[in-house]
Amino acid sequence: MSTLLHAEYPVDAEDYTRAGEASADIKRKLKQLGVSAQVLRRVAVASYEVELNLVIHSMGGTLTLEVSPERVRLISADRGPGIPNVELAMREGWSTANETARSLGFGAGMGLPNMKRNADEFDIESEVGRGTTIRMGFLLG
Amino acid sequence: MNIADMVNVLNARILCGEDRLETKVYTACCSDLMSDVLAFVNEKTVLITGLTNPHVLRTADMLDLKCLVYARGKVPGDEILEQAEEQGLVVITTKETAFTACGLLYEAGLRGVPIEWPESEARP
Ligand SMILES: Nc1ncnc2c1ncn2[C@@H]1O[C@H](COP(=O)(O)OP(=O)(O)O)[C@@H](O)[C@H]1O
Ligand SMILES: [Mg+2]
Repeated sequence: MSTLLHAEYPVDAEDYTRAGEASADIKRKLKQLGVSAQVLRRVAVASYEVELNLVIHSMGGTLTLEVSPERVRLISADRGPGIPNVELAMREGWSTANETARSLGFGAGMGLPNMKRNADEFDIESEVGRGTTIRMGFLLG
Repeated sequence: MNIADMVNVLNARILCGEDRLETKVYTACCSDLMSDVLAFVNEKTVLITGLTNPHVLRTADMLDLKCLVYARGKVPGDEILEQAEEQGLVVITTKETAFTACGLLYEAGLRGVPIEWPESEARP
């Protein structure tokens, strides 16, 4: 499977100032590639949510973008702390976000459900003490 | 309605994008929760909010929003307005509270963004 684009974005924990920059760049790149507005929007929403989760909840990690002719893939991998109960975390409204995140308009507990709803493929793996990996796929064409 | 109509209805002040007031808006959403906005809003929607931080603009950018209304007379910082200009966003501010601003816009014919409830989820 040929890769049209591969980009990696390190995302720091609690770096609220830069939060969202990776997603803005991802959106720009995909737009240049000619990805349809509809898919672009779904990727942008999921990417922004997953990037903010890295900033708000993780100890830092990497957001990876991979584009093939068939799909856009987004992979978020972090260094911890991991999610004790993934099923609970996936529920709308469940959030452990702190006051800073909430004051900025986040922490509504809608991020993971938003990602799942927008992606065609969604997979989450998490281990406490090791970290969380989220893989999303968006079909093209 | 277009943005110029909203400016009239809300007796609002234009903070940026004066040249784009003819842009049409079809639906509205009033929220300070960016995840709710990300879940439900589309590019034809105007966002009414009280949050003036940069994340509102980034959220608007992700969704290709065309217009942002600040309620209760809030005015964001200059960097935010510059960013908005770059994004092609029209930003206006009204002295009305969010509740009243929504009421006035509703009265003028604007409606909320439709929300699809997935089959699997029970309505509240
Ligand atoms: N990368 C992550 N690392 C650790 N915990 C996470 C991560 N992503 C999500 N979570 C946990 O899952 C919960 C729900 O996430 P989400 O649906 O995005 O809502 P919110 O970010 O608003 O809290 C978070 O409050 C947090 O407890
Ligand atoms: Mg989140």
